[in-house]
Amino acid sequence: MDFGGFGQFMSVQVPEFVADGVRWAAMTNSTIRDLDKAVPRVDGADKVTGKALYVDDLKVDGALYGRTVRSHVPHAKLKRISLDPDFDWSDVVVVTADDITGKNVVLLIEEDQPALVPEGGIIRHVDEPVALVAASDPRRAQAAMEHVRLEVEELPAVFTIEESVAKKVLLRGDDNVYKRFEILRGDDVEQALASADYVIEGTYRTGAQEQMYIEPQGMIAEWTDAGAVRLVGSLQCPYYVHKAMRELLQLDEDKVIVTQAVTGGGFGGKEEYPSMLAAHVALLAKKAKRPVRMVYDRVEDVRATTKRHPAPTRHRIGVNKDGTIVAVDVDVLIDGGAYLTLSPVVLSRGVLHSVGPYNVPHVRVVGRAMATNLPPHGAFRGFGAPQTTFAYERQIEKAAQRVGMSSLEFRRKNMLREGDVTCTGQTLKYSVGSAQVLDAVEQQIGQAPPKGSAAPPQFASVKRGKGLAFYYHGAGFTGSGEDRLKGRASVAVNAGGKFEVRSTSTDIGQGTFTIFAQLASAALDVDIKDVEMIQPSTEKAPDSGPTVASRTTMVVGSVVQKAGAQLKQRLLAFAEESGVQSGDVAELAKRYAEKHGELEETVTYHSPPGVKWDDATYRGDAYPCYGWAACYVEVAVDDDTHEVTVERCIHAVDVGHAIHPVLVKGQIEGGTLQALGWALWESVVYRNGRVANPTMTDCIIPTSIEAPEMETLVVEVPYPHGPHGAKGVGEIPMDGPAAAVANAVADALGQPFDEVPLLPEVICRQVSATAAE
Amino acid sequence: MSEFLSPRTLAEALKLRSAHPDFTVLSGGTDLMVRATERDYPVGTIDVFSLKEMRGVCESDAALSIGASTPYADLLRSDVVLTMLPNLHAAIREIGAVQIQERGTIGGNIGTSSPVGDTLPCLLALDAEVELRSQNNTRRVAYSDFCTGYRKTQLGADELITAIHIPRPAKGTRLFWRKIGTRRAQAISKVMGAASFRIEEGVVSHARIALGAVADRPRRVEAAEQRIQGEKPSERLATEVAAIVRSDVKPIDDVRSTASYRLDVAVNIVRRFVLELV
Repeated sequence: MDFGGFGQFMSVQVPEFVADGVRWAAMTNSTIRDLDKAVPRVDGADKVTGKALYVDDLKVDGALYGRTVRSHVPHAKLKRISLDPDFDWSDVVVVTADDITGKNVVLLIEEDQPALVPEGGIIRHVDEPVALVAASDPRRAQAAMEHVRLEVEELPAVFTIEESVAKKVLLRGDDNVYKRFEILRGDDVEQALASADYVIEGTYRTGAQEQMYIEPQGMIAEWTDAGAVRLVGSLQCPYYVHKAMRELLQLDEDKVIVTQAVTGGGFGGKEEYPSMLAAHVALLAKKAKRPVRMVYDRVEDVRATTKRHPAPTRHRIGVNKDGTIVAVDVDVLIDGGAYLTLSPVVLSRGVLHSVGPYNVPHVRVVGRAMATNLPPHGAFRGFGAPQTTFAYERQIEKAAQRVGMSSLEFRRKNMLREGDVTCTGQTLKYSVGSAQVLDAVEQQIGQAPPKGSAAPPQFASVKRGKGLAFYYHGAGFTGSGEDRLKGRASVAVNAGGKFEVRSTSTDIGQGTFTIFAQLASAALDVDIKDVEMIQPSTEKAPDSGPTVASRTTMVVGSVVQKAGAQLKQRLLAFAEESGVQSGDVAELAKRYAEKHGELEETVTYHSPPGVKWDDATYRGDAYPCYGWAACYVEVAVDDDTHEVTVERCIHAVDVGHAIHPVLVKGQIEGGTLQALGWALWESVVYRNGRVANPTMTDCIIPTSIEAPEMETLVVEVPYPHGPHGAKGVGEIPMDGPAAAVANAVADALGQPFDEVPLLPEVICRQVSATAAE
Repeated sequence: MSEFLSPRTLAEALKLRSAHPDFTVLSGGTDLMVRATERDYPVGTIDVFSLKEMRGVCESDAALSIGASTPYADLLRSDVVLTMLPNLHAAIREIGAVQIQERGTIGGNIGTSSPVGDTLPCLLALDAEVELRSQNNTRRVAYSDFCTGYRKTQLGADELITAIHIPRPAKGTRLFWRKIGTRRAQAISKVMGAASFRIEEGVVSHARIALGAVADRPRRVEAAEQRIQGEKPSERLATEVAAIVRSDVKPIDDVRSTASYRLDVAVNIVRRFVLELV
């Protein structure tokens, strides 16, 4: 790639709010206490001392160990389930679909996925749950599991999107399509492309990715004498589980109680699958009349739970000689797997991001989520956007080369700025950090790289390349999602006179509790130590909406902030009414509790004024605001082994405002490494529809040795409706680095690389094929 | 439950070994414990990890002897290993993480003789000999003969691997090592290459080229060794040797890599080793 254009931009002033870790101290002069500071994590001490209890640590008297009998064939009619007559079943509880008295579905968007495949039903993937066993000894449960026999009649299966599109086998409806979206803007896109000086076309393939959270999935169920089921689990969204269990078990709202245990990572992987686990432990515990615990081991977790959707994206872009983009035509396909799960929503986000942060007058995007016989793919940080970002940022790079402009110049010429209009017709009114992130990256490139970065082996012969990617990520739920959701959270004075934040936004390692404690204490004007966080539970907190979509700080955080401010007003009013002579809000809370007991303020989220979205036409304000980012990498590609070393990685992200600078940097750097992993190493290998590398040994993620010394630039262009200007940060770092890496590898080797992961095997194959031509 | 025996002396261990020929010998357990998580349990186990007689490094004029139960971590801390056998030292440094290096042993690596055993190509390139003992006998076998197939060795049912003897590399010897794993650390190898070349008066007088993870066992490429022997290193020679490797090596596809990648990389790294001599 050509970075020759850098010189002409050197006069650009880098805005003041660009800051790296070193300069934070100087800029955190906020007068609001405990905001904008790297306060210790509120859950930190418990986690580092081992006091924090994860699902597998919780002691539950008399709990049985549950195991899941799975299908082992990718597509079949389940004729019969039988128990080995030679096995001693006396101390084993067995559950099949026949034991379900409610509705045999794991409710999410549709009701297509059963909790257990019934006899006579259809098995749709190789690790589909068919029966459950529980025993007081885990080895007994394991043995029992191995003695459940399935009689099946195998059916032809579909393992790739191409086979699904070609309708090799019909798995759903008459076209295997779970969901289709279309976005149109401007005139007929074919005519517009025909009018452009150049048309560039490519198909970009991205693979499945395993979340590989450190703690595998786990859940405990216990039924109370009152006929309620208590579920405690490693999960992101307590109310998703609540909703699914009410349907499965046909119970009233107050008869399902879902509590999050301390959770060791999620990344989207604990958004939907915990409902399946909850179903299984609830059914077993009901039949056993004892509590049941189920914790997956790594192999079962990697095989059975959701992964990022594999996606081939076909992208055409028309550009004129002067470097203006004329038209974009995108065909987005994602592999939904065996059930619909969250695929329509993932597809929606993929489609909405597929044009990129550029002014494009004529647009056509068609997206389809396809059915196959792989285990369902699902939520994973970025949620469809990384797949289409990879496609458009490869295309943008090729277009820049075609018109002879530098990577930066071409992007600057076409990028969206404040006042510009997106592909859905949304006018960007505020918080547009596009120019700022590119400026920040450009300036950082001119600085000396930090020491200690990854380097190729000493005597290796390498080729080096540079790559840029520029992208945006819609923060919060798509379109009218937040208005439908009406997320709520409370701040309260509890009976003991302490402040409590009550929400069901979970802390899965990203720092929710600390951010909420900061926001609540600032709103109340009390010390952060006076604010306690409750462990999210449907019993104790209102539905704050799921912990997904980069919405927790921006959406739920703003609700916590408002609830805190309202509670403070109530306490000040109490002081006036009762003649208490104290301005100390913490003191007032104690006095209030002594006199009246609890006091709770609950606030419901409303979209900012003027945000309009039409689900029917897919036109309007797709997201209330966007995060903006640019990533620049330098790579070395080994001539002998085709291994790629990322020698430098600069990542500038506009987060609106960093409420906790260290946690923000942590989100960016962790997301960046996860994205580099997806770009270079993380490969899920399927054989006959089953994951063939289901261990951390073979399904690898990068270690600290692969990590470059990250140059992270936090850019702040405030979002007026976010708490103190904050907007989403959780997902955006995942979106762009893969494209930056592929652009850099293409630059190094002088030929295009249009798929990830760019395993050395992939590079080797392509380099050999090119050499043979 | 299977029986777990912990002898305190080598004599006791040899006696137990003779009495329980079907038991598995454990020396660190970094491979056996993984297999146990896959519920592949041995009939019984004889643990030789802590036997003092089988630990430590002994240097003589002719050779370096390494006790079979010496953990990798001890070898990494050994200056004599670093200076005399830098390729073996480099190979060991890339094995697993600190925890694995504290438990894993060179004798265990040899006993398992997996095709991806990380020390094994170096042992081939260095002409290492394996010392085998039973109650009545001690013998030495070249490692190149010791491993006879996929995880198969010449180890007798009453024998223990007690030591490894590596001849001191002659003056003018250049040693090489390269591991290509699924990533840079804590990774299983996709291809490994080790080599030893002695240069006398500008000519290669002795050559050993060994590869790992490209066959059912770690192997030498004798045809390539013969081609280079007696020659003056040159770019052309490197290309010719590489061509021999290409026709001689037949790797396989698995979940970690592909046959064509393994072959390409094996060819390239051998070529690189020879180029380094030019």
